[in-house]
Amino acid sequence: MAQISEHQMAELSDDASASWRPRLSPKARLRWDEVEKRFMLVFPEAALMLNETAPEILKLCDGEHTIEGIVDDLAGRFVGIDREAIKEDVTGFLTRIKRRGLLEG
Amino acid sequence: MAAPRPYTLVAELTYKCPLKCLYCSNPLNYHEMRGELSTEEWCRAFTDAAKLGVVQLHLTGGEPVVRKDLPDLIRHARSCELYTNLITGGTLLDEEKLLLYKECGLDHVQLSIQDTDRRTAELIAGIRSYDKKLDIARLIKKVGFPLTLNVCLHRLNIDHVPALIAQAADLGAQRLELANTAYYGWALENRSALMPTRAQFEHLEPLVKEARARYEGTMEIISTKVDYYSDYPKPCMGGWGKTYMVIVPTGEVLPCHAAQVIPGLHFDTVRNLPLTNIWEHSQGLNAFRGYDWMQEPCRSCPMKTTDFGGCRCQAYLLAKDAAATDPVCSLSPQHGIIREAIAEAEQGNGSLIYRDRKNSERLSARSQEPVPR
Repeated sequence: MAQISEHQMAELSDDASASWRPRLSPKARLRWDEVEKRFMLVFPEAALMLNETAPEILKLCDGEHTIEGIVDDLAGRFVGIDREAIKEDVTGFLTRIKRRGLLEG
Repeated sequence: MAAPRPYTLVAELTYKCPLKCLYCSNPLNYHEMRGELSTEEWCRAFTDAAKLGVVQLHLTGGEPVVRKDLPDLIRHARSCELYTNLITGGTLLDEEKLLLYKECGLDHVQLSIQDTDRRTAELIAGIRSYDKKLDIARLIKKVGFPLTLNVCLHRLNIDHVPALIAQAADLGAQRLELANTAYYGWALENRSALMPTRAQFEHLEPLVKEARARYEGTMEIISTKVDYYSDYPKPCMGGWGKTYMVIVPTGEVLPCHAAQVIPGLHFDTVRNLPLTNIWEHSQGLNAFRGYDWMQEPCRSCPMKTTDFGGCRCQAYLLAKDAAATDPVCSLSPQHGIIREAIAEAEQGNGSLIYRDRKNSERLSARSQEPVPR
């Protein structure tokens, strides 16, 4: 995933967002794509093809996990990957989809 | 070469509609198209579309709510995992229908708004509709659907964009489409009354940019251009027969709403052949896939993979040649057609031709040859 900018990091790392428990908006649906054999996120007039980690992140966007909680969960499961790299992936992805109005909470 | 993977099916369930909007993209001769597909025929098409890779289904028309089998169609589409969007004028809706559609699995509703000003809105739609639409917008939200408002922009309402944005935000729309009218069908007939001036159009861009930033994360604002005022053409539908398919009420599978105006193309109907077969082999769908059909200047142009030479229907309607460069392109040898159309629009005259049966019959009786514009 693309490196996120300093500005984007600031957006998600202030005090308020430490307690943010993102929830996927009900207007977006996570579904399996049989054609390309990967998950995709479908929402009005658009679809996002997802890589391997994005669906895992989205499954944890249940209104209960904080960002750190999501990072902890993934770091526990994807052994051998640097936690900071996972955190950058998570925050970058969530910032992008938050901008598109796909996250609540 | 295998046909491209489609993502979106626009299902025009019917051409019946209580509204008579001046900008309607339905064909001028819609009244001739009898014999709508049955429930089974549509359901089979949805199943096949999902097999081909379609993920987005737009249920539209005319007015799709006219179909009594709409709940069954929604249920079936949902069972195929299609993301379903109801595109409606809203005037035939009520809370009971909305609740039923939700129960059947409808994901999203798009409601058309003609203007924030009641008089102008009803002048455009041709019937009393303003209050009902606002009531329906509130009901759509109350029932719990994500709501997109679609406003076709043209000379009569383009100066009201700030009010339109505020109204959309007030109604809790999560998405607002400011769709500058594209000139096909009824919109083309009404072009001299509808086309905004260049100044009006250019005033829009900073307004929309500012609003986008202001509403980021809460309301997505999409706007499409008046291609007559661009130097290069739009990549129409993302390419002919590429990511979008339109199925009309009688089942013909088209690359877009307007393609039946082009003579010499044959479009198969799902009434006779499976959609999976049609998408791959239809003469009409294959006519402008790839780049071999292109003439100069498109053929050697580096932009051809970006904009596909623009719109085939527009090339036919304005320049009488579906394979020609879209005249809106500044590199088109026929770009003068566009300059004349703009000059004509600047004069601002033009009677209003409403989309109704009487006008459809009258226009169909007229010569089939497009008048040079």
